[in-house]
Amino acid sequence: MRKLIESLVSRYFSNPTLDRMNDFALVMGGDNLVVSTDSFVVKPYKFPGGDIGKLAVCGSVNDVACSGAEVLYITLAFIIEEGFNIAELENICKSIKEASEEAGVIIITGDTKVVENGAADGIYINTTGIGIKNTDVNIGGEFVKPGDKIIINGNIGDHAAAILSCREGLCFTTPTVSDCAPLNNMVKQLMGGCKQVRCMRDPTRGGVATALNEIARQSQVGIRIFEQALPIDQSVVGACELFGMDPLYMANEGKLLIFVAGDEADKAVEILRANKYGADAAIIGEVIEGRPGVVMKTSIGSSRIVDELTGEILPRIC
Amino acid sequence: MPMNSDRFAPPQEAIEKLKRMIDIRVKKDISIMEVCGTHTMAIFRHGIRDMIPSKIKLISGPGCPVCVTENPVIDKAIWLSQQSDIIIASFGDMLRVPGSSSSLYFEKANGAKVQVVYSPLLALELALKNPDKKVVFVAVGFETTIPAIAVAIKSAKQRNIKNFYVLCAHKTVPKALQALAQMDNKVDGFLLPGHVSSIIGANAYRFLAKDYKIPGVIAGFEPLDLMNAIYKIVDMIDGSRIEILNEYKRVVSDNGNTKAQEVIAEVFAPCDASWRGLGVIPGSGLMLQDNYARFDIEDNIRIEIGESREPVGCLCGQILCGTKTPPDCKFFGTQCVPENPIGPCMVSSEGTCAAYYKYSRFERNEE
Repeated sequence: MRKLIESLVSRYFSNPTLDRMNDFALVMGGDNLVVSTDSFVVKPYKFPGGDIGKLAVCGSVNDVACSGAEVLYITLAFIIEEGFNIAELENICKSIKEASEEAGVIIITGDTKVVENGAADGIYINTTGIGIKNTDVNIGGEFVKPGDKIIINGNIGDHAAAILSCREGLCFTTPTVSDCAPLNNMVKQLMGGCKQVRCMRDPTRGGVATALNEIARQSQVGIRIFEQALPIDQSVVGACELFGMDPLYMANEGKLLIFVAGDEADKAVEILRANKYGADAAIIGEVIEGRPGVVMKTSIGSSRIVDELTGEILPRIC
Repeated sequence: MPMNSDRFAPPQEAIEKLKRMIDIRVKKDISIMEVCGTHTMAIFRHGIRDMIPSKIKLISGPGCPVCVTENPVIDKAIWLSQQSDIIIASFGDMLRVPGSSSSLYFEKANGAKVQVVYSPLLALELALKNPDKKVVFVAVGFETTIPAIAVAIKSAKQRNIKNFYVLCAHKTVPKALQALAQMDNKVDGFLLPGHVSSIIGANAYRFLAKDYKIPGVIAGFEPLDLMNAIYKIVDMIDGSRIEILNEYKRVVSDNGNTKAQEVIAEVFAPCDASWRGLGVIPGSGLMLQDNYARFDIEDNIRIEIGESREPVGCLCGQILCGTKTPPDCKFFGTQCVPENPIGPCMVSSEGTCAAYYKYSRFERNEE
């Protein structure tokens, strides 16, 4: 999928902004405007810890926040299948309101299209986040250097585990709820205390493994992570073992991978831990010289390659 | 009484100790075959290959259900998915396996009704929800999944569900091990499956030691389980004591899960089966017993597939017998990659090629 999208985008839409391959764009000409767009098609649209509305706000807010910008506005567009329950739509709007209020962003424009029954699966939402960034802040996948430390603000895989637990026919229960949350306020605190944040990325689809591989490629560096340092909830570990999945590939919606200069790492962790969305923040790895890619030091002292996700995660047979 | 301090040692220390013991006891080159795909994956994930001396060669066996399924079965499933009155229910692994000219994944993208299920009982629910369609469950797998499918079929009979069928392609593990033990490239020791053994029990493998003089260890999937099993195999070879050891007693008993065995025997009877790489192995498959035969889709519909084709040059067959490794294959990592697999071993998360690709594809270039 990544290769397909990259080849189509570079063939037809190549320009200096897109070619940087970040999840946000610094708009050319207005050198402090940051924009990011995302579409949300999650199934089921309601899950423990959130719904498609909250997800749509947090997704775009977090992508813009990853540039170091202050997030100010979002746009909101619905595609709704004919016959979709009106009360459910209202609930989704309520969560959009709550999430955008918490994030402190204003919904400035929107659109609604209704398509005939069967032409869509319930409801899809597109949002675009817009923010303003100081021109001297340079944060992105291309700015990572050997010696940087990698921090995550809490447990990985919670969102995917929560979605799995309520997907049709998957009969397991878990106390895990989605980590879906707007992280822009936490980022603001971090940026206030740390001057050498190189890159932030939310490890959504494809998980931590895929996001780290993307960054390694963008900055042409090696990345080493430590299995023992990875914060993972035991119930997520259990669910993963049962279905033959790896938490490193599972989606998160309230997590950031943060790359900071080595000497600022401890301070960054301290700041993150003071925020409710960063209470379990931990240093999970470091940037090294070498071939672009990700290697994990396992808990028994061996090493293995951590590749990116290809295709979709399919549960195994046995 | 002195305490056994090893029992309380952290895994790290225990693993270091096993590593040293293995180093001391390996006196010659030995090949250990891990039969089960989950073991293959666990060995790579935990970096076990890093921890053992180069004298020990770990080879992967035929323990990935998707991988040993031959193209005719996949072609039949694809043909069925193209029929407008049929819904295919399948475990996720099967979808991307390339048949002669398509895959279930491709058919699904083109509008075929192919539903991933996590349990055969859900396929039964699918049948109840779609009374105007035939729901066909692609019954691929070993003893681990067979009991659940037997229960689903029994339940369909009891509830008189008339639109539920299976495409029957099960395989059983001991007969395949016997075939491997008879081959020239005899392995020196077997790392025996954990999940399958929980059903069939440790006694099912005794013949390997008795008749073929090959030691085996049933093991779990944690790093300590794997290192301990390798040590036990090395220890048996060095001491010339050939046995089948059960080192996964927390899950596996001598006789296995007799209830599961009973339900399998009630619904299925042994038959010959064709394995990718190993060919036809007598008695290694399962067909429905006469009183359940009406659930076999092939008893109800004439499936019209042409002659199945295997990709020319693909080494999956030899890789499944342990005679070749993925880097030996000219397609590996070039034309055959997880996004675009040529052979089934690149598809399944349990497949040997997928494991090599994911965890060690750079090794070859760096040597």
